[in-house]
Amino acid sequence: MTSSISAPLEVRGLTKHFAAGNALVGRRSRLHAVDDVSFALRPGTITALVGESGSGKSTVARMLARLYAPTSGSLLFEGHDVTGARRRREVLRYRSQVQMIFQDPFGSLNPVKTIRHHLVRPLKIHGLVPRGQIDTRIRELLTTVGLSPPERYTAKYPHELSGGQRQRVAIARALAVEPSVLVADEPTSMLDVSIRVGILNLMLDLKERERLAFLYVTHDLASARYVADNMLVMYAGQIVEQGPAESVLRSPLHPYTQLLLDSVPDPGAGSHDRIEVRKGVASAAVDPPAGCRFAERCPLRIDLCTQRTPELVLAREGQSARCHVTAPSPAIREEINVQPTHHVVSR
Amino acid sequence: MTVTERDLPQTRQQARETLIEVRGLRIAYGDVVAVDGVDLTISAGEILGLAGESGCGKTTIANGIMQVLRPPARITAGSILFRGSDLVTLSDEELRRHRWRNVSMVFQSAMNSLNPVMRVGDQFVDMMRAHEKISSKAALARAGELLDIVGIDKRRTRAYAHELSGGMRQRVIIAMALALNPELVIMDEPTTALDVVVQREILQQIQDLQAELRFAVLFITHDLSLLFEIADRIAIMYAGEIVEEGPAARLRDRARHPYTLGLIRSFPPLSGPIERMAGIPGAPPDLGSPPAGCRFHPRCPYCLPEPSTLRTLQTTVRPTLRDVDPQHRVACHLVESSE
Repeated sequence: MTSSISAPLEVRGLTKHFAAGNALVGRRSRLHAVDDVSFALRPGTITALVGESGSGKSTVARMLARLYAPTSGSLLFEGHDVTGARRRREVLRYRSQVQMIFQDPFGSLNPVKTIRHHLVRPLKIHGLVPRGQIDTRIRELLTTVGLSPPERYTAKYPHELSGGQRQRVAIARALAVEPSVLVADEPTSMLDVSIRVGILNLMLDLKERERLAFLYVTHDLASARYVADNMLVMYAGQIVEQGPAESVLRSPLHPYTQLLLDSVPDPGAGSHDRIEVRKGVASAAVDPPAGCRFAERCPLRIDLCTQRTPELVLAREGQSARCHVTAPSPAIREEINVQPTHHVVSR
Repeated sequence: MTVTERDLPQTRQQARETLIEVRGLRIAYGDVVAVDGVDLTISAGEILGLAGESGCGKTTIANGIMQVLRPPARITAGSILFRGSDLVTLSDEELRRHRWRNVSMVFQSAMNSLNPVMRVGDQFVDMMRAHEKISSKAALARAGELLDIVGIDKRRTRAYAHELSGGMRQRVIIAMALALNPELVIMDEPTTALDVVVQREILQQIQDLQAELRFAVLFITHDLSLLFEIADRIAIMYAGEIVEEGPAARLRDRARHPYTLGLIRSFPPLSGPIERMAGIPGAPPDLGSPPAGCRFHPRCPYCLPEPSTLRTLQTTVRPTLRDVDPQHRVACHLVESSE
């Protein structure tokens, strides 16, 4: 992705390895949770990061929230490298500008504190609003997230609210510090189906009204399609495909994206031929050998796939994939002397 | 997808024998009535989907049919007939024989219900020997066959739960549910904890097994789009009641209850145009004090605040299920029985 000053948050070559294996017998292995991930989050856009459990998407979110330090790569905030930032002012500013919303609205609110308390704290800690105006600001925040009239909610405790309302409070708390970036890690997966759409709509409203840059981490392709402008597909720690959400879903380049799409129940789609794929898992690789991490399961595999690791190659307008077959790099194309073939069925 | 039973003429479905007949079932947890006057039939060999949001009573019905309700849950009214005999009146010994042999159940997050310190095969042996006179050796051999049926290597009878992936553990549980050839397998959110790709594999497996072994399935889930794919018939629950019931294809295309319509509109589509969706405003009611009249009325877009005869009905009279078509029933004041 091209770098640009307009992106408040950008990551370049973000990598996180964890020690794995048995240190007692002297075998040191490394779990490649996230490998060489780059993207930029722009104001007024929602970027969906999709993948299965273990694919590394939550690790990416946690690195953005600075809960994990990356093994390598950098985190650029408003063009400045903040990867190793330690100074309190710098960290505080980053933390206020990049806010997280978690999956569990039951666990992320303090059960013995009122809703007002949850919203007062960030306002006081970051000193954004004069004391006299705190209550006005709280009313504003609650209204923004659709909890109106706000007076009905300020004195309540989390247990008096439904799951959807609690998630709205968590979003209001994140908005309290006037962030430019929101990272939402599966914000709807613990909510009832009839409530989920409300939260997705709120994300769309906030994107438009507040010009926020969103990273929406999810395993749910349909909801990603509903809200996202751009899409990143992760498999075994790597981004295997990225591009405009609609193009990625309408004509996926990577066979894994195709597999994901085929797996989602979609009564509207009617019957179609599903891709034949061998069983396997999308989990992070331990000491991965060279080659494509999906090769073992891939129906399009050629010899090269197990020999050389594919790069993310721009194959269509704005759409890149990590696949020697559907998105070969110029060098690879020359080597195998074939034209790119789009084997993957378009929908 | 291949042609399945639900595409066959409806006369064929009507001809099937009734396996389970639930009549006027009421199950209460103390003062909270979780299931309130439910009628439901399951025919031999069919897949009945039961959909609804958390707390609507789906799992309680399943526990009632399996007869594993524990205090404070209590059946306060109604009957559950299995091939004509009422389960509510059976003795403990008779019930012990009913469970697993007639009806088995794959519980929610069942994949975590395997014993971590016991080999998978031994857990099959334990279960089978509790219900049948069978030698350990024969039971273990049968366990191997069952694993084979669900696509797991026989030798995995020697594995411990932690050596299997989530999807494999779920398959083991399904194999266990099939061990005594039950006529009905209740599956309560069997794929909810799994990734989409694994979910697809498990669903395919369930469909294949069901086509081969002809057991009936009560498939419980909150994911309506999934039921449209696999169920023959679907029943929609809201706040302890069944509000709509009919053939899967009919509900997909011609659902009538505002709650069903709201649920359908809560799933963003993967193809076709993207439109702003409304979802359903509000939240499900507290079953300790459900709203008077139609339980959905506080959230219903067709229940207008202005006083009217319809509003009076909606807020004071509980609608009952009415036929809008020989196989399609709806409980809503807006829907007239003569269609």
